[in-house]
Amino acid sequence: MALDKNGIAQRIAQELKNGWYVNLGIGIPTLVANYIPHGIEVEFQSENGILGMGPFPFEGEEDADLINAGKQTITTVPGASFFDSATSFAMIRGQHVQLTVLGAMEVSQNGDIANWKIPGKMVKGMGGAMDLVASAENIIVAMMHSNKAGESKILKECTLPLTGVGCVKKVVTELAVLEIKDGKFHLIERAPGVSVEEIISKTEGDLVVPDVVREMHFD
Amino acid sequence: MNKVVKNVEEALVGIEDDMTLMLGGFGLCGIPENSIGQLVKLGTKNLTCISNNAGVDDYGIGLMLQAKQVKKMISSYVGENDEFERQMLSGELEVDLIPQGSLAERCRAGGAGIPAFFTPAGYGTEVAEGKEVRVFNGKPHILESALNADFAIVKAWKGDTEGNLIYKAAARNFNPMMAMAGKITVAEVEELVPAGTLDPNQIHTPGIFVQRIFQGEKFEKRIEQRTVRKNA
Repeated sequence: MALDKNGIAQRIAQELKNGWYVNLGIGIPTLVANYIPHGIEVEFQSENGILGMGPFPFEGEEDADLINAGKQTITTVPGASFFDSATSFAMIRGQHVQLTVLGAMEVSQNGDIANWKIPGKMVKGMGGAMDLVASAENIIVAMMHSNKAGESKILKECTLPLTGVGCVKKVVTELAVLEIKDGKFHLIERAPGVSVEEIISKTEGDLVVPDVVREMHFD
Repeated sequence: MNKVVKNVEEALVGIEDDMTLMLGGFGLCGIPENSIGQLVKLGTKNLTCISNNAGVDDYGIGLMLQAKQVKKMISSYVGENDEFERQMLSGELEVDLIPQGSLAERCRAGGAGIPAFFTPAGYGTEVAEGKEVRVFNGKPHILESALNADFAIVKAWKGDTEGNLIYKAAARNFNPMMAMAGKITVAEVEELVPAGTLDPNQIHTPGIFVQRIFQGEKFEKRIEQRTVRKNA
């Protein structure tokens, strides 16, 4: 069965390594914080100026001065710090943040990503996404395999305005884990009960399929 | 040097039509809300506003958009505002969208006397159109220029009569860089204290960057996305 959004987040959480600083984008990526594997310590960076972001506050404890990049009220964990936006993006551009997880509208087989603009329809701005994808060593895209119209978002070439070029290394969807290497998608894992044929049929970009594709494993 | 002005009216004296303003804040967090209220009252027109966001329909810079005071917005994300979208799509409002880190650094550069810098952000995208590209360490970068403003209007938690500022939590965001980049920088603070009260070790923005400071009359501090977890 295909994963739900929480399943995608849970699978991405398996990629976390001890000691990493991690930036989570808005949407599915935010959910990754709920599934940190046992024994792993990571710290979350929010580009509006927080290291050591914690969970949402309890009702009545919301602080208007303490929000994440999605403008949601949040808390901090012990050892947290605050800083200005220039320092925040110094952390990001300077590659002090080890992992960035973000959503996308399209990803192409050479690692291009489009996630900020649909010409004539949605022009909200790129926020910090262009800075994040231009510099992060390790970018995982969390998204659905197809858009609402049923068209594949895993493409030979992006059709929407780009956010960054050749930067995405890994994509986790409700169906599969894909790696991007040598200008192609490589099928690494399939969601429990999802067939390789279904993944192939829903992937427009070039997909390398090994003889054996292991199933995702969740504890 | 005493930077204190009586009130918001005095703080914004000299702001005229066609000027460029920087306004601190991220979303509605850390915005100079008293000054925005006064700008709406003044009715100054044809303004270019540099601010990470454009407020919401009925709060923050959204109020200035409703009053059609803004000619051009320079921002990184403007998604929470229907009136903004309407004015942009109809061509009434010029919009320059900039990657958030580049926006922060361009303000910082403006205040720091650095006319331009190279960044990898935006390379290969429409942001790079018309900009010089140069390769450093095997990676392409684009040239981004500094930003300055006639007035920078920032909001801090505490400030003293010398103009030294301390911000609270995530309300710091763009305020420190914008404070550096204004020809005249106005700081509105929640609490204004005599010089010598704040610990010099804890100052975020040194008073040299601030020309006028006042204590805001009231702060609504609206929350854009109230999110909570259930009590255990």
